[in-house]
Amino acid sequence: MKKVSISRKAFVIFNYTILIALAFVCLLPMINVLAVSLSSSAAAGSGQVQFWPVDFTLKSYEFVLKKHEFWKSFGISVKRVLIGVPINMILTILMAYPLSKADDKFRGRKVYVCILVFTMLFSGGLIPWYMTISKMNLIDNFFVLILPNAVSVYNVIILMNFFRQLPGELEEAAFMDGASYWRTLFKIIIPLSKPAIATIALFCIVTHWNSWFDGLLLMNNPQNYPLQSYLQTVIINHDMTLSSANSILAMGEISNRTQKAAQAFVAAVPVLSVYPFLSKYFAKGMVVGSVKG
Amino acid sequence: MKNRGNKRHAKDRPLHLMMLPGMILILIFSYVPMFGIVMAFQKFSPRKGILGSKWIGLDNFRYLMNIPDIDKVVWNTFFIAALKLILGVLAPVIVALLLNEIGSKVIRKSIQTIIYFPHFLSWVILGGIFIDILSPSTGIVNHLLNRAGIASVFFLGDPKWFPYTMALTETWKEFGFGTIVYLAAIVGIDPALYEAAAVDGAGRWKQTLLITLPAIIPIAVLMLILNLGSVLNLSFEQIYNLYSPQVYSTGDILDTLVYRLGMNDAQYSVATAVGLFKSVVSSVLVAFSYWLARKTCDYHIF
Repeated sequence: MKKVSISRKAFVIFNYTILIALAFVCLLPMINVLAVSLSSSAAAGSGQVQFWPVDFTLKSYEFVLKKHEFWKSFGISVKRVLIGVPINMILTILMAYPLSKADDKFRGRKVYVCILVFTMLFSGGLIPWYMTISKMNLIDNFFVLILPNAVSVYNVIILMNFFRQLPGELEEAAFMDGASYWRTLFKIIIPLSKPAIATIALFCIVTHWNSWFDGLLLMNNPQNYPLQSYLQTVIINHDMTLSSANSILAMGEISNRTQKAAQAFVAAVPVLSVYPFLSKYFAKGMVVGSVKG
Repeated sequence: MKNRGNKRHAKDRPLHLMMLPGMILILIFSYVPMFGIVMAFQKFSPRKGILGSKWIGLDNFRYLMNIPDIDKVVWNTFFIAALKLILGVLAPVIVALLLNEIGSKVIRKSIQTIIYFPHFLSWVILGGIFIDILSPSTGIVNHLLNRAGIASVFFLGDPKWFPYTMALTETWKEFGFGTIVYLAAIVGIDPALYEAAAVDGAGRWKQTLLITLPAIIPIAVLMLILNLGSVLNLSFEQIYNLYSPQVYSTGDILDTLVYRLGMNDAQYSVATAVGLFKSVVSSVLVAFSYWLARKTCDYHIF
């Protein structure tokens, strides 16, 4: 074994320090906001709170969790994930499989590819998109949160690349036995692609949960907002019609600041709870799809 | 043989059937709106619709040239995009190289898990968090700056700081997640290369410089190119949640301008015209980036 030089030792110490510091830089803003949400309004208002609650209280959470609008929009977000993600997955799988075929095995593939690539190159822009949806009378319709973005061409590409890496012999054998494309897809391809499908499903869950702009734009009635759109109006825009109770309660023990912090944190909890599953799968799935080797 | 081939083409029907539902949605929600672009050449009113509205040629474009600060908006769009593009490649490459030198697996995995996380939070939640921590009066960042003897900085309210705050907060959110592809590339390097280098007397530093870095540079170039294509589309959610009228001079970008013109002022035609301008610039960038990726990295999207 080679002797470890002093400069190497110094570098190792420096490296550990800087990376652990970086990890803290990622965590501390969230810890700070969590601490603020658990502090009294006076402490938060005077800027005393750092990474530990001052005058610990759960009042802000009580306030947030009692709000009707919060739960209403929370429910819409849950519904959106439960309905939207299966639709995402079915459509993505059904498109990725034919596209994973070679051009000579699936005539017409090139045409589909051209149509899809063009959507990645060019778009009509926000206003024509909004007008199209509005002309179809989909404004304030729940399914407007699901259908316009039901197909992500990027996800189709990721899954298509994964399908292509599967050993072709299994599929050939199935065809020899007279299996149809549908049967092959469901009995052979999908069971073999569970990690990739799980990765994309988890990404779709996060995307649906985090989407706020479509709700804000396409729902005229705030009653129809998903959680993130509701939070956008409460935390960022501070829309008084939605949080008229704020001004009254702000006099008491809950300040606007602690209350906003609590809402931000509650909204992040679902992402926090699927995150362990995410981190297990995504590294693998991401790499397979994004950079073909 | 020929007969079998024909049979196979008849068998293609299920494949077309599989494509159908997705293609219908894409036609409705991606292609139909493209026809709405004609609004940019009309004096559009929602009541009269596209068929009934008056055609006015390029008047909307003449009008938008005269919008005060339109040149600033274009500049801001590119300036913020360029900052993000550079930091968005440099930061993950450096962090991936450093992570690779961490010997302890447990510590490395823990750091990775933590730095990936911000990627999964929405700009609404992060907007709330950044507005809170960057506040000049109560925010912890300025609190710590004050303690170090530095005067408070209004990161989100000072036009001088705003573009850099955008680039830094975006980098904060994405640098960790960005390391994934580089770490995967590093894992793929043949260990024999390092052994051979060690035998030749190359230390860790030399090994990194001569083996690891060259192995990830092609991927960094590819990422840079691919990001180049999407960079104009990525800032809206962030800036919309973090900007305010006092930073329009350096923070307003084409997407936010389209939104305000169209959705707040109901100037549909002008907003469509601005959007069209952006779409065209953006498609040139995307097409150029894919072409470049194909030329330099042999990367094919489909």
